[in-house]
Amino acid sequence: MSDGERIEVGTDQDVVRVRQLVRTVAVSVKLSLVDQTKLVTAASELARNTLVYGGGGTVEVARVDNGRRRGIQIVFADQGPGIADLELALTDGYTTGGGLGLGLSGARRLVDEFLIDTSIGRGTTVTVTKWCR
Amino acid sequence: MALGPEEANRFAALLEERQEELVGAWTDRVAQSLRGRLSRTELERQTGELRKGFHAALAGGAAELGQEPADELRAQLTELSSSRARQGFSATETAVSVFALKDAVLTVLDGSDASNLRDYVAFSGFVDQAALFTFDSYVQIREGLIADQAEQLLELSTPVVKLWEGVVAVPLVGTLDSARAQVVMERLLETLVETGSPHAIIDITGVPAVDTQVAQHILKTVVAARLMGADCIISGIRPQIAQTIVALGIEFGDIATKASLADALRFVLKKTGR
Repeated sequence: MSDGERIEVGTDQDVVRVRQLVRTVAVSVKLSLVDQTKLVTAASELARNTLVYGGGGTVEVARVDNGRRRGIQIVFADQGPGIADLELALTDGYTTGGGLGLGLSGARRLVDEFLIDTSIGRGTTVTVTKWCR
Repeated sequence: MALGPEEANRFAALLEERQEELVGAWTDRVAQSLRGRLSRTELERQTGELRKGFHAALAGGAAELGQEPADELRAQLTELSSSRARQGFSATETAVSVFALKDAVLTVLDGSDASNLRDYVAFSGFVDQAALFTFDSYVQIREGLIADQAEQLLELSTPVVKLWEGVVAVPLVGTLDSARAQVVMERLLETLVETGSPHAIIDITGVPAVDTQVAQHILKTVVAARLMGADCIISGIRPQIAQTIVALGIEFGDIATKASLADALRFVLKKTGR
């Protein structure tokens, strides 16, 4: 992992900044237009989760290289209440906040790698990676 | 080092006795930093007023800017920041207008006298407070301006246009957050009533990313329009947006969607038999 950029997420404006940063980095690693849009949308969902359910946190965007392909890795971290039932939270249409309930599950389908680490009372960290094709 | 009552008095006297020289030197320095963007007469009037303000505060025995005898001076400084901020001057250029008083005082002060210099240090602290206060109010005013502009932008960026007899369109551009979604919905519903249009087209060509929140806002707007008897079409769905919406799992149900605004208009006209 190299030269990561960090954004503190505390307001709706910060979600917009995350989106812009992800788009800039996605363009710089030459992600296709469809993949750019998918990644930006996933970042938007996850950053909003960090804000709404995690009570704010940080987002770190970095370029990655696995030797064969280049890509972007984004880490969303919060110190919120954590997710009690991960399987339920990843079910389409399940929401505790009045949304469509597709953010977390949808974001997982929009990226290549999706890792979630959560524990009650200590917060949630979601790591997503998108590789260039 | 705070300003003692005697020092304050001595400076008040100095500000009064040497007022012409002071205002002259002060104005020179301010004019230099603003490089001719305000007329000299205007600046002279401003520094003259500020001198009176400083004099009144010091003669009233203010040791700190926050004290009651300096009320008038604070009001003047706020006024100064406000006019500078609105005229587009930078924060530095605004604060310099106050800091320049220190230089001006130095030119009329007899520097060979050590007690004078001690007084000057104390007075200089007072001027620093005044300049910081100016800086603070400058920032506050600028923040106010930015908030106003954000609101104006919100209004500007959500027009509802009449495309055809009975067809109105909302071209959405930029990020659709909750505040804008609310404005869009209100505008659209009002226009539907005013024009009596049975058809509305929401065009999202200019929306860079459609996530679940944006989709939810659009869906709610469509449902509200339907409740009022209008039929809504969503247009401007680009290929990458379509793929993202599918991957996210958002369903637009029985709402008609089209790739371009032209397609949407053609669809409506065909449906109404025109």
